[in-house]
Amino acid sequence: MENFEYANPTTVKEALSLLTAGSEVLAGGTDLLSLMKDDVHKPKRLVNIKNIKALGGISKAGNNIRIGATVTLDELASNPLIRTAYPSLVQAALGITSPQIRNMGTVGGDLCQRPRCWYFRSGNGLLNKSLVENGENKYHAIFGTGSAHFVSASSLGPALMALGASVKIAGADGKTKDVPVSQFFKAPNAEGEREIALAANEIVTDILVPAPATKNATYEVRHKQALDWPLATASVALRMSGAKVTSASITLGHVGPTPVRASEAEKMLVGQTITADTAEKAGAAAVAGAKPLSQNAYKVQLAKVAVKRALLTAAGVKAV
Amino acid sequence: MAEYKWPPMDKRRVMGKRIARLDGPMKSSGRAKYPSDMNRSDLLFGALLTSPHAHAKVTSIDVTAAKAIQGVTAIRVVSGPGTEIQWAGTEVAAVSAVTEEIARDAVKAIKVTYEVLPHLVKEDNLAKVGARAKAAGEQVTGDPDKAFAEAEAKTSGDYGIPVITHCCLEPHGSVVAWGNNKIDFWPSTQAVSTVGGDLAKMLELPATQVHVDCQYMGGGFGAKFPADRWGAEAARLSKESGGRPVKMFLDRATELTIAGVRPSHFAKIKVAGKKDGTITGWQSESWASGGIGGGGMAPLPYVFTNIPNRRMNHTQVSLNTGPARAWRAPNHPQASFLTCAAITDFADTIGMDPFDVFFKNVAVSARPEIYRKQLAKAAELIDWKKKYSHGAKKTGTLRRGLGIGIATWGGAGHASKCKLTIHPDGSVEVEIGSQDIGTATRTCITQVAAETLGLPMSAIKVKLGDNSYPPSGPSGGSTTIGGVSSSTRKAAVNALEKLFEKVAPSLGVAPDQLEADDSRVVAKGNPAKAMSWKQACQKIGPSPISEMGENEPRTAAREGLNTQGASGIQMAEVEVDIETGVVRIIEVVAVQDCGLVVNPKTAESQVAGAMIMSVCSALMEERITDQTTGRVLNADMEFYKLAGLPDVGKLTVHMDITPEHDARGIIGLGEPCAIGGIAAIANAAANALGVRVPMVPLTPERVLAALANRRNA
Repeated sequence: MENFEYANPTTVKEALSLLTAGSEVLAGGTDLLSLMKDDVHKPKRLVNIKNIKALGGISKAGNNIRIGATVTLDELASNPLIRTAYPSLVQAALGITSPQIRNMGTVGGDLCQRPRCWYFRSGNGLLNKSLVENGENKYHAIFGTGSAHFVSASSLGPALMALGASVKIAGADGKTKDVPVSQFFKAPNAEGEREIALAANEIVTDILVPAPATKNATYEVRHKQALDWPLATASVALRMSGAKVTSASITLGHVGPTPVRASEAEKMLVGQTITADTAEKAGAAAVAGAKPLSQNAYKVQLAKVAVKRALLTAAGVKAV
Repeated sequence: MAEYKWPPMDKRRVMGKRIARLDGPMKSSGRAKYPSDMNRSDLLFGALLTSPHAHAKVTSIDVTAAKAIQGVTAIRVVSGPGTEIQWAGTEVAAVSAVTEEIARDAVKAIKVTYEVLPHLVKEDNLAKVGARAKAAGEQVTGDPDKAFAEAEAKTSGDYGIPVITHCCLEPHGSVVAWGNNKIDFWPSTQAVSTVGGDLAKMLELPATQVHVDCQYMGGGFGAKFPADRWGAEAARLSKESGGRPVKMFLDRATELTIAGVRPSHFAKIKVAGKKDGTITGWQSESWASGGIGGGGMAPLPYVFTNIPNRRMNHTQVSLNTGPARAWRAPNHPQASFLTCAAITDFADTIGMDPFDVFFKNVAVSARPEIYRKQLAKAAELIDWKKKYSHGAKKTGTLRRGLGIGIATWGGAGHASKCKLTIHPDGSVEVEIGSQDIGTATRTCITQVAAETLGLPMSAIKVKLGDNSYPPSGPSGGSTTIGGVSSSTRKAAVNALEKLFEKVAPSLGVAPDQLEADDSRVVAKGNPAKAMSWKQACQKIGPSPISEMGENEPRTAAREGLNTQGASGIQMAEVEVDIETGVVRIIEVVAVQDCGLVVNPKTAESQVAGAMIMSVCSALMEERITDQTTGRVLNADMEFYKLAGLPDVGKLTVHMDITPEHDARGIIGLGEPCAIGGIAAIANAAANALGVRVPMVPLTPERVLAALANRRNA
């Protein structure tokens, strides 16, 4: 680990002023510190945002529920508002089966964490197409884009995207903007580019989730039951009229460099009742465009099953 | 001649009792200090520069910039120009500094150039290893060609088990101080009495100059016998830093890359037999690697050693990967998996319950009767006969299956000397140059001494983990419990004889008519003639009684205190989600004998630990190397997957404690219980799926691929 400065602001404004070139935001640190210890990332200054009170808390904000960026995963999963309205977020957070990480890791950090690609983590870059394609790619993307074969590591991203949430970002000019989660994640085109739409001098301050009017669920397929990265996940949010779906939102996780929206599957569910059969077909449609690498064709099946089971769970039908 | 034999089973007060380990509270509260916990004010920190290349020649090394860093106390070149590196992670240079951070900065400042040479780091596909394959010869017994030609049923299967590492929770390393012709060495070791000599040899010093102290150690599993190059370099760094102690432990990545592996083993196995399940022929073509030295053939066919007609061919494959070290029952888990998988597949093919096929064919093992009893007991515990159905009959998304694994081991006690001292105030101390590697050795020694002296355990002080105590063997081969229990028993009996000589005149009986019981010295058959232990010890005089006891392997079997030959059966029930390929453990049952069991509670705990290791190895544990970079990609605890509590399932341990086993004396336990679990779990998954997953660990991709192959067949 390289030496670095440590700044401890108490307001967003102060934090933004400290985020000069080479600085990095520190929240829970569960990812950032390991990147620094492995010399994958060498920030000159860490700006701790955990002492900024405005970035905490979960509250109703008009038609939205506002989740502060430094809310921990444990706070999120145990919050009554969230538990009632967004089981898909609770399930995604509890999928991180380490109390230590849930107690330290934050909602904002979950969205901003870097990919776990082992070539990236061992200093070979994020877009090392040839290493991944010719090497060990069983955990990599089945919906790759260009040179980006890594998978987004975010647990909450797919669930937030399916719920139609947006990310509130504060910029250096003092202005804030709301970016839909679907646009927050992006596949980089060149080494050094980030996989999120957040400039180095910006901070995620809040996550805004639209008022609950959906049945929603997340289903993760993990190799281990104890702490382990998912192999594939699906988050769904369904608007219903009686037993019929009026609109569906389906997002896959851990299968591409960003959460992957399953538009075809969403369309085919409109007007349908969720049954084992319709859920199975939606799963198949969700993975129709997958392009697996040499070792990860199995993830196509896992993503398909995740969609099916998430839909059944959301609809209150026994999934397995 | 003193009588050393163990007291009768029904007369034991302390041995054979379920006693919690004495240092449990120390360990669970963090008060137990491991070598890596040592933190003195004068401590220096060591760090290693390791090779990023799997095969290369060092062409130059420049330490100038590193030396200039303030706080660096010494730098040593370990692999100088011209050295041929044979695996990534090889030690190239070592640094000591006043902080760990400075040591690591200095490592980064060392400039090394390499001539990169071609490497091979993967052996799963034998067709791709080229000249790295070396045939290890053919072994033929009977007439396998005839047996296969005449067989009523034949099966053929491919099986594989990959390289795994030891992944010690406390990594390899030591603290060492080299000052004034004396070296103080605090290693994390399995070999207290020999590791000092090993270090001395590397440093070209007399063994007398190395003092070893290791009170606790955080896992070795067979990988922590030597002082190791990093131990010797830490000592040299200490010397070059004026004798200040240097703490050098491998970081996690290096630990998983160079500190030892269990070799892989792959095989195509053909089994021939009759439709009644009798196996008549075995043919195996196997290959294995544990690094640059290749990998020998596991003992195939395992346990069923006397299948009448056999042909075995083996190939060693040399890889540019970190070298093999003994891994808890070397080559036995692999052999058990390969053999039990092939026999289960034979049973499935002829439509027989594998239980019946195992039960029938243990006739060709060394201990048929013991295995039959253990198979029956394990089947009873897991309710085999009620639950078992053939894999082809399973339906539904979640499918359960049952499987069997089998084990055999030696486990005779190693050479061990023990000194037992009875002080005139009645206090007792036991000194023994052994180690407690987490197996409750301290507790068991205390039990043996307390049993022999008729005292409560609290009256015995056991001192181990120090090479100034009488030498006792390294903890390998499951030899410790037999060795230290026997030497402690003999030392205690010898000391007691001396005590009786002092006490006898006062009680007016011959010394050989006395016994020690319930903290008293009593005349045999005349309880009125007795005195308390304290009163008895006052007769010793000013100088304590101090006697030795020795376990000598060549004569131990004759004495009957310890012997060898342990057997075990494990059975598993798993549930497989056939849509995701995720395998979940429902239960693993172990039935295990190890002769006389000193402490059933800590024995069960040891078996449970081994079963958890088997769950890891069967379901998730695997070293993954990258052929392009030559590196281990999962040298961490994130993608080097180990079971957490939710993954383990229910563990049922049945120690096979019977008068017949007890009469054999003590037999080692650590390894036999770590053998059969992988086979049991893999076979249970094959039963659940109705198809063999050829390779462990049973990852979702392998399970789904096996199901897809069956659909396509």
